[in-house]
Amino acid sequence: MIVFVISRLLQAIPVLLAVGVVAFSMFTYVGDPVGAMLGQDYTEAQRDALVHKLGLDQPAWEQFLHYIWAALHGNFGYSYRVAEPVAHLFAVRLPATLELSFTASVLAVVVGIPLGVYAGIWRRSLLSRVFMVGSLIGVSLPTFLIGILLILVFSVELGWLPSFGRGHVVALGWWTTGFLTWSGLRSIILPAITLGLFQLTLIMRLVRAEMLEVLRTDYIKFARARGLRARSIHFGHALRNTLVPVITIIGLQLGGLIAYSVVTETVFQWPGMGLLFIQSVAAADIPVMAAYLLLVGVVFVVINLIVDLLYYAVDPRLRIGRGGRGR
Amino acid sequence: MSGAVASRRGGWRDSDLWYSFTHSPVAVGSAVLSLVFVLGAGLAPWIAPHDPFNIASLDLLDSFRHPFASWAFPLGTDEQGRDMLSAIMYGTRVSLLVGAASVAFAVIVGVAVGLIAGYAGGWVDGLLMRISDVQLTFPSILMALLVDGVVGALVPRDQHAAIQLYVIVFAIGISRWPQFARIVRGSTLVERGKDYVAAAQVIGIGRVRILISHILPNVLGPVLVIGTLTLGLAILDEATLSFLGVGLPPTQPSLGTLIRIGDDFLFSGQWWITVFPGLALMALVLAINLLGDWLRDALNPRLR
Repeated sequence: MIVFVISRLLQAIPVLLAVGVVAFSMFTYVGDPVGAMLGQDYTEAQRDALVHKLGLDQPAWEQFLHYIWAALHGNFGYSYRVAEPVAHLFAVRLPATLELSFTASVLAVVVGIPLGVYAGIWRRSLLSRVFMVGSLIGVSLPTFLIGILLILVFSVELGWLPSFGRGHVVALGWWTTGFLTWSGLRSIILPAITLGLFQLTLIMRLVRAEMLEVLRTDYIKFARARGLRARSIHFGHALRNTLVPVITIIGLQLGGLIAYSVVTETVFQWPGMGLLFIQSVAAADIPVMAAYLLLVGVVFVVINLIVDLLYYAVDPRLRIGRGGRGR
Repeated sequence: MSGAVASRRGGWRDSDLWYSFTHSPVAVGSAVLSLVFVLGAGLAPWIAPHDPFNIASLDLLDSFRHPFASWAFPLGTDEQGRDMLSAIMYGTRVSLLVGAASVAFAVIVGVAVGLIAGYAGGWVDGLLMRISDVQLTFPSILMALLVDGVVGALVPRDQHAAIQLYVIVFAIGISRWPQFARIVRGSTLVERGKDYVAAAQVIGIGRVRILISHILPNVLGPVLVIGTLTLGLAILDEATLSFLGVGLPPTQPSLGTLIRIGDDFLFSGQWWITVFPGLALMALVLAINLLGDWLRDALNPRLR
């Protein structure tokens, strides 16, 4: 187990290093931060002082080590756009993005798996076909369009739910949460549906396909012959064996969740990391983009590691290699 | 490919692919829908009821007309009196063009990398595949956004509009090549071990020629399938980038740009400015996806 984790961690190092080099190259060689920060009026001495302060007069490898070292200490430099520390910008916006992604993935799993199980067991029923056609349309709809249509129906026409922002938030130390206020809870509904819908359809289709495979196997027939209750067969025996690919997809899709939170946060003006990133791209604010890239790289490596560990927990066959026997 | 083979036997109407096509209502339906889009977009300058880019033909008195109210503007007009139907036809043109160009770029890069990796093997293969692994775990839309942002910082601001089309094609293409590289590498590994490649090597044909004129034609089937499905995704990528405001400039509106512009009028009740381009985008991508699904099943010998 420990060997497994260590080997995975070692494999992650080159990936992180590559991401670090790309982020650093962007940070250092793209654009003219000095010119941008000084503005129109400056003396040569001011310019040199700023160059020195930003460390741009050192050799490249030293700057790289310095950059990584600083990044490890949570220092990602200053944003060109708003002249604030990038780390501070991130810290303020992180809770909003995490709460949105968390709600969206819970929604996708809690709704997606039961729908998939249903469509897998009663695959010829009318309702299952409605789910399948609906999921096909869901895959062809871009995220931003889902958001716009939801706003059109539930905010503009019906006026039930707010169309932008997080509502009132409560501060718990440096963390701000919208889960504790009525307006915060109402505000998260539409963004979470928008962000989670693609994942939901994907999980549903996958669970359905896996259930169809598993329900054909002999051990399910045997369980039926033994007279076990349908509920126990479907959820205890069948669903459990569909989980390995489902966990993979959920894990890999967390990356997609981060990517599409950029879109969802733009549609709903949700004050998170994604909105910050897109504003930075539009303004060519390189330090923020580089830090975002680093952060996303780390998140991806961590997600892949967790997915691998979950395999290990879910599939006993993977444990046989080290001499143990499966349950 | 299979059409050429079938013609010697007595016409493409006898081919398996044609049979499978005509016996799948979904395939025929989505092909017809795709054709409507391609014709409507391709012939837009001749058949569109108005020219949305000719400022002289726009009349502010026509602005915000409701849809289905008059024959002159069947889908209504936007804030400048532009006919939505014409704008959608021109927008589809841009969306299809950018989507197809991005996929072509991804195919060229991916096929080249896949052929080299599969044929060379060894550390070249290892390196190229690691790069594609890393890129595959990274969502393409983020990749495209990063490329767009970096190019935006490198190029002076006044030249952005002129090169933006190429930047978008490059950004989407470079974020979508790994799928092609992987599938081509897999097929190349299989083809490399076959006798015809050994024969070609024995008679002293150069490596480049073996790759291009011997192996390449035999690995193109799966590329066609992935290419069709990627076209749908690339069109959505472009629409998403344009919606986020980092895509094409408003002087060259794609469906995504039209949706973004329309989004500003959602709260004042002019829903049609954003909903109709959105429906067009959805129908176009749905048709392409269904066609790609059908093609994948039809070309898969295991499913026959």
